[in-house]
Amino acid sequence: MPPTAVHIKNVSKRYRIGGVHPGYMTFREMLGDAISAPFRRLRGVNGDYQMIWALREVNLEIRQGELIGIIGHNGAGKSTLLKILSRITKPTKGRVEILGRVGSLLEVGTGFHPDLTGRENVYLSGAILGMRRVEIERKFDQIVAFAEMEKFIETAVKFYSSGMYVRLAFSVAAHLEPEILIMDEVLAVGDAAFQQKCLDKMHEIRREGRTILFVSHNMQAITRLCKRAILLEAGQVVADGEPHAVVNRYLSSNWKAGAEREWPEAAEAPGDAIVRLRRVGIHDEHGKLTTVLDIHRPFRIEVTYDVDEAGHLLLPVVELCNEEGTEVFSTHDTSEVWRRQERSAGRYTSAVIVPGNLLAEGTLIAHISVMSHYPTTILHIRETNAVAFQVVDSDEGKSARGDYVGPMPGVVRPLLKWTHQSEAPK
Amino acid sequence: MAFDSSGRAGSLEPTSNSVQNVSASSAPLEVSRVVIESEESGVQLSLGDLWAYRELLYFLTLRDIKVRYKQTLMGAVWVVIQPLMTMLIFTLIFNKFARLDTKDIPYPLFAYSGLLLWTFFSNAVTTGTYSLVNNSHLVTKVYFPRVFMPTAAVGAGLVDLAIASLLLISLAIYYGVRPSWGALMLPLMVFLAAMLALGTGMLVSALTVKYRDLRHALPFVMQFWMFASPVIYPSSIVPEQWRWILLINPMTGILEGFRAALTGQPFDWTMIAISAAVATTLLAVAFYVFRALEDTFADVI
Repeated sequence: MPPTAVHIKNVSKRYRIGGVHPGYMTFREMLGDAISAPFRRLRGVNGDYQMIWALREVNLEIRQGELIGIIGHNGAGKSTLLKILSRITKPTKGRVEILGRVGSLLEVGTGFHPDLTGRENVYLSGAILGMRRVEIERKFDQIVAFAEMEKFIETAVKFYSSGMYVRLAFSVAAHLEPEILIMDEVLAVGDAAFQQKCLDKMHEIRREGRTILFVSHNMQAITRLCKRAILLEAGQVVADGEPHAVVNRYLSSNWKAGAEREWPEAAEAPGDAIVRLRRVGIHDEHGKLTTVLDIHRPFRIEVTYDVDEAGHLLLPVVELCNEEGTEVFSTHDTSEVWRRQERSAGRYTSAVIVPGNLLAEGTLIAHISVMSHYPTTILHIRETNAVAFQVVDSDEGKSARGDYVGPMPGVVRPLLKWTHQSEAPK
Repeated sequence: MAFDSSGRAGSLEPTSNSVQNVSASSAPLEVSRVVIESEESGVQLSLGDLWAYRELLYFLTLRDIKVRYKQTLMGAVWVVIQPLMTMLIFTLIFNKFARLDTKDIPYPLFAYSGLLLWTFFSNAVTTGTYSLVNNSHLVTKVYFPRVFMPTAAVGAGLVDLAIASLLLISLAIYYGVRPSWGALMLPLMVFLAAMLALGTGMLVSALTVKYRDLRHALPFVMQFWMFASPVIYPSSIVPEQWRWILLINPMTGILEGFRAALTGQPFDWTMIAISAAVATTLLAVAFYVFRALEDTFADVI
């Protein structure tokens, strides 16, 4: 087993959040505070500040070469943890031992000064991020070439477009070569090509066996890149391990709609006098309930409903939407027997199998309907946002991605056959 | 869209040197080990860190100098104009109107030498004080020894001082001052002034992070301090019952010593010793206070 790179022992961090004060005070406020504090205590208001624990007894051991994704809701303590590891702030309790040079990127363009030229900023930002001067000198041409900024390197940064600024800033950071890299949501900025560069760079760093910790809201990136993920909730590590399971846990706490939805009380179940919806579930190919699905694996959506009035032709419908609300597809029962058979009263479970290599990565939301279309079209049930799940690509090279890791557009991601032939060999 | 093959990081050389150190198989020869202690563990001076980041001090100083003169028409000329104009005004008031006696030194030279050193001191303290708050985006986003912020302000001030000294030399030649061995003491006086400015700037900048009204008090305090120092008048004109103010003021020894070194007059070693002792003590206290408060900067700035 590789040696420990980062050892976080019982780390807690407490912040004061004043309803009254920002972090800093003026003397006048302090005087006023000293005078009013006894009275406030008389009125039963306890203390001057509200204390919040941003982190509570976090224990983690990170080994060299690990690529770890940290996820959690806003305010769960992710940024605080990164700030402690980057030595920007100290823990209130506990300690951290780090073996190796740490490079931390909590923003793009740390230390850039708008009045200085690109060249001057490369040196300044590099030094602030912890590079030695000889190191910056040695890599200067590479940094500029990677950013594609040769023409503008003597221009003041304030005249750059935001794209140029981000390219140069990231390029400096990309050449930092720390043994342990700590990254905040820097991947979220910039255009698609820039994000791709970031992902490429992380891949490269991982291949070189360096340790990376990064915070992201991008679940695809987490499951695709990491072998280990950590979920923070209210300052505590609540899940630590295999990314799919951790992401699963996060999503089920994140979305009201999870992998399964049940209506135990018939009276509250969506529907009408004829049919009522009782359960919807997402199952993987082994029948297990899950909110995280591998892109190249088939899965099953099950719909259970009670037919209370016999004698209707019923058609279950599943619609899938992506996060942006785009309808990916709609499917309904086409089976020869059932679609033409009047139902008798009783409970039914209809299931549809969605093949692998069809949906693109991302969050998908299922709307469930049951309708009858003969003699007239009647919508008995329409439950929007019944269940939600995440399609992820675990980067095993078997999906439509192949070895490519950058962004891919489109609501579907079919795995198509490519052929090649050499027309004119040289 | 995305299949931009040029972005495939192909241009990046795989890095070898820094990585081999940490590969699991070979025993790492030189791997830095950092221990992050909690707030409860007390003040750490971390002097080793200052050395490790020494190059950053150079870049921060360079930044402060460059930024100051970017987009200015006259650039470094302003460094000379500031004490020069003040000197002309005071020459008019004190020398022509009030007939102030500066003994062997012509008043313009007397005033300019004082104003030169004072302007350096005052600017270094002021920019040093604002350095942390004005760079809060750095303080909250990246680690480096924060003491370099007020230190860089003093460093940049020294460059200004060097430029403005050219006029001082011209004035000295114009007024027929003969260089003496005492002139060798000039760098020591500048060094003491820099130490005093660093100590003051470090202390006030650290306190300013939490108590913002110090920045409003500072200009007033610096002005008061200037009139309580022999910048534009000789300490000999101060009545006996007020002398103690000059005695406890560390700038007195530095300013008088600077002038004595310039014009080859005898030094008042007692005053210089007091200044040196105060400057050293202040710097040590300021550094300790700064380190003690440093941990909370990112949380309260």
